[in-house]
Amino acid sequence: MTIETPQGETPKASPLRRARLWLWGLVAIAAAVTAVLWFQQRSTAPTTAEKNYASAFGGGFDMIDQNGKTVTDQTLRGKPYAIFFGFTRCPDVCPTTLSRMAALRKQLGPDGDKFNIVFVSVDPQYDKPKDIGSYVTLFNTPIIGLTGTDTQIARIVKAFKVYYAKVPVEGGDYTVDHTASVFLMDKDGQFVATIDHKESQKVALDKLRRLI
Amino acid sequence: MQMFRPVAVGALALTLATPIAAHDFKRGAISIAHPWSRQTAPGQANGGGFMTVSNTGKQPDRLIGGSSPASAKVEIHTMSMTGGVMRMRPLPNGLPVPAGGKLELKPGSHHIMLIGLKKPLKLGTLVPLTLRFERAGAVTVQLKVEAITYGTGAGHDH
Repeated sequence: MTIETPQGETPKASPLRRARLWLWGLVAIAAAVTAVLWFQQRSTAPTTAEKNYASAFGGGFDMIDQNGKTVTDQTLRGKPYAIFFGFTRCPDVCPTTLSRMAALRKQLGPDGDKFNIVFVSVDPQYDKPKDIGSYVTLFNTPIIGLTGTDTQIARIVKAFKVYYAKVPVEGGDYTVDHTASVFLMDKDGQFVATIDHKESQKVALDKLRRLI
Repeated sequence: MQMFRPVAVGALALTLATPIAAHDFKRGAISIAHPWSRQTAPGQANGGGFMTVSNTGKQPDRLIGGSSPASAKVEIHTMSMTGGVMRMRPLPNGLPVPAGGKLELKPGSHHIMLIGLKKPLKLGTLVPLTLRFERAGAVTVQLKVEAITYGTGAGHDH
């Protein structure tokens, strides 16, 4: 590569200019080293929560189940689980998804009880533990139904990166838009896969078989 | 008003691939095949309504509303699924039933909502529902209350 220089000037850079370039180079290297060290220090010394939940979905949460008992990410450990977010007044995608999970469990036969089905309400204003309880009973299979305060819901929703939004409708009522995927978590609470509402029953069954 | 229409019922049974109790309703050019709902739990405020509406006439019609003694309100809703997010919205202007065509109200799509249930919808019972059509007027049907797992394609249908 050639560097064009104006006439009259020596083509070689002056010693002063070379020194300045060197100094700038050193500054850049120092900055890079500092950045690398900072990131390394961050990644080698994670908090306990970060260590446990390196994956995209999941994390710490504490909720109330249909019997008024506290359920956390820690109490769910030891058994894989399929977790789904919805609300009891949802007439369609929620019963459809929970029915599907119940049917999948049946198809697994004796292995069906090797995972928990967890339903989380994103409508705590309406869904109290009792309401969740009578709702999940309809599916004729054990389902852990969770609700909580707005703060508790906000935490679990953030952990699973779930979208939900209260949308007012005519007459002062509201509906809730929400993510409709099922998250499959292993026995250590680590994210494994999702089940999408469009996936075939066979694909979903294979995913569950791998999970348990 | 109730009429047995084996052809329509047979066609519907084929599309859903599930055996269906024959129950059909007709008024003028509008006929409604197997209107059903899902059982609800105590405290569950809303119920859904699903059916196939056929228009054998030469004029388009429109489902514009309804009422039921079982709930405070009846609304026509649509449901969409984008980016994995479920969204449900009322359709205040209702839905068209094209001339010689059909309007399907089914899970995962357009449906009727019974808002503010006065008591839970019990499995195996019939719930009266009056639908209002722009042209055909009021058509009263009986929603058959099916299991919550019904119509989900989850192999639970009976």
